[in-house]
Amino acid sequence: MNQKKKLDLNRREMPKQPPHIRRRNFKEVAMGYTVELAVGEAERCLQCKKPLCVQGCPVEINIPGFIKCIANKDFAEAIRIIKKTNCLPAVCGRVCPQEEQCEISCILIKKGAPIAIGRLERFAAEWEASQEHIEIPKIPPPTGKKVAVVGSGPAGITVAGNLAMLGHDVTMYEALHEAGGVLTYGIPEFRLPKKIVRREIDYIKKMGVKLITNFVVGKTKTVDQLINNYDALFIATGAGLPWFMNIPGENLNGVYSANEYLTRMNLMKGFNFPKSSTPIKKHNRVAVVGGGNVAMDCARTAARLGAEEVYIIYRRSKKELPARLEEVENAEEEGVIFKLLTLPIRLIGDENGWLKEIECLRMKLGEPDQSGRRRPIKIEGSEFIMPMDACIIAIGNSPNPIIPNTTADLEVGKWRNIIADEKTGKTSKDKVWAGGDIVTGAATVILAMGAGRIAALSINEYLSGEK
Amino acid sequence: MFEVIEIEMIVPNLHLLTVRAPDIAEQIKPGQFVIVRSDEESERIPLSVADWDRKEGTITIIFMEVGVSTQKMASLKQGEYIPTVVGPLGKPSEIEKFGTVVCIGGCYGIGSIFPTIKAFHEKGNNVISIMEARSLNLLYWKDKIKPFCSSLFTITRDGSDGDIGHIKHIVEILHKNGIKPDRIIANGCTFMIYKASKDLSIFNVPIIVSLNPIMIDGTGMCGVCRVTVDGKMRFACVDGPDFDGRLVDWEELLTRRKQYVDEEAFLVHNSGCGGI
Repeated sequence: MNQKKKLDLNRREMPKQPPHIRRRNFKEVAMGYTVELAVGEAERCLQCKKPLCVQGCPVEINIPGFIKCIANKDFAEAIRIIKKTNCLPAVCGRVCPQEEQCEISCILIKKGAPIAIGRLERFAAEWEASQEHIEIPKIPPPTGKKVAVVGSGPAGITVAGNLAMLGHDVTMYEALHEAGGVLTYGIPEFRLPKKIVRREIDYIKKMGVKLITNFVVGKTKTVDQLINNYDALFIATGAGLPWFMNIPGENLNGVYSANEYLTRMNLMKGFNFPKSSTPIKKHNRVAVVGGGNVAMDCARTAARLGAEEVYIIYRRSKKELPARLEEVENAEEEGVIFKLLTLPIRLIGDENGWLKEIECLRMKLGEPDQSGRRRPIKIEGSEFIMPMDACIIAIGNSPNPIIPNTTADLEVGKWRNIIADEKTGKTSKDKVWAGGDIVTGAATVILAMGAGRIAALSINEYLSGEK
Repeated sequence: MFEVIEIEMIVPNLHLLTVRAPDIAEQIKPGQFVIVRSDEESERIPLSVADWDRKEGTITIIFMEVGVSTQKMASLKQGEYIPTVVGPLGKPSEIEKFGTVVCIGGCYGIGSIFPTIKAFHEKGNNVISIMEARSLNLLYWKDKIKPFCSSLFTITRDGSDGDIGHIKHIVEILHKNGIKPDRIIANGCTFMIYKASKDLSIFNVPIIVSLNPIMIDGTGMCGVCRVTVDGKMRFACVDGPDFDGRLVDWEELLTRRKQYVDEEAFLVHNSGCGGI
């Protein structure tokens, strides 16, 4: 129907807090579409017969379907469609890299104006949250099958939600005192407000998922002990020990891993010190090493804590930054300074053991390496010193070591990641599936959810076939 | 939520806390720790477990009041509930038949070394225990520990109980009594276990210390508890907390522990064991 209309290439921008204001507050940066903006954007969708966007989505949301509903102002149906395959729309609408998944597949990208699928998904979720009554899907009668989900991050929530929706009895275990995994301890408030995470957790609890916090599977009880009480078990324990650069000075005071810095800030509410008792330092000059989304989160957090100068130190060029373009732009607008083609080689402390300076080396780009990105090459003799009060190392982490170290018959890879079948999430151990960062190493929220989705299908198949 | 079964100040500034945590009580082994939050705003505090009762499903902690969060813990009442007791975390201590094992406890470490003393005794070791405190009124659990050791010595700085002296004096006690340790274990504040690792290295046996760096999650995620042991980066929460004190980079650990001294406005200085 839309083909008859003239193509609308006006991709609707989402209102944001102005940079000079938001760089000093913790409120969400992007403020979401209004009804008018959402409907306008939704009306641009060509409603392709063979929608490529759906193929680009790891959880295969019926994208044209929900967008059509928004265009028709049937927002209730829009969110119903999304929730058929995605139990975390408010999260995904915010933190998914749509530009390399659904939106890159949109036919309108050729015209430079793909449909803003993420913003529309977010709009639908927010519309629902603003309603008094949140619809809980009809759940079939109990199957009598019990499933344990270990870890309550994106992969765990997805498996728990999808299996609860099918009538299975799901218990989700969380090691920390609050559920949500990286959504809670890692991603900052200004990008993903914690009340949204809590809302999504409440939603799956209303679907019947039981949540047990303060329980470290592998320690409080081992997988081998737990498995006797369940028909199936899904492991999604996510991130483990942070990587460091293996250069001198990394244990100086004022040097943090991204995990520590973000956990102090988000899970432990360091911004609220002294009301919350866990402190976070307010440093003046802060360098963040790394170029991913986590590095951007750290840099923007440091700015909000009052830092005068915040640097991203990255060894390749801007083109190779693994972070989402949107996050890079946000960081730039907030005054974060990008020291590109730069490699820290030594962290230098003062007489009291606090970081004082970072010695760096300039880099140039050579031939592409295995990852397809151009390999950074050191420029000999180009050393220089940057005075610095704090350094946050955001170069990734290994998978969490606790379950691999305490579980028999569980095949692990060279990074001590759990080996799981790509198509089913099944591990080498009887009745045990796994997915998310514990399998792949550090990746994105949506990839973890995609892994959760296929594991849930496989677990359900197994439970349904089991006598 | 976890019910407070018992809370009591056993000596000045040191408190005993027993909570109902049946899963932990069932699983815990000597040398492991738990993380406690006494209310929703509190820090996650790593604390060694000093005793447990598997039948009752309880665990007991001895902790020192040093900051806001531990002050709040100290003011808990019996029958109250606290939001977080999680564990058991860390690797259990290595309990083998080594021969003569010297166990040194100071401050809260007198409590936390008790399960280790008992386990070494049950494995058939000759266990020598040494308790160290500033003064007699800071010693506790002597009667509880005694049955599991062939000898128990006390050292106080003022001589109010046992010998006068500090950690260095242990060398003298061992020599005087003809004790040749096959293994030394030390639990207590960082300064005390650092001194023990230095002063007792002349015996050329492992000096196993339970390290207590700053921690947040305690489950191998945040990396704040990193320590340098034998030149390598190790994480106390998952690789420890036990390490051979002869190989620990103590200067770094002592410096790292001071990172938030300014913020811990209520920190009680000079608590009798170096105060670090």
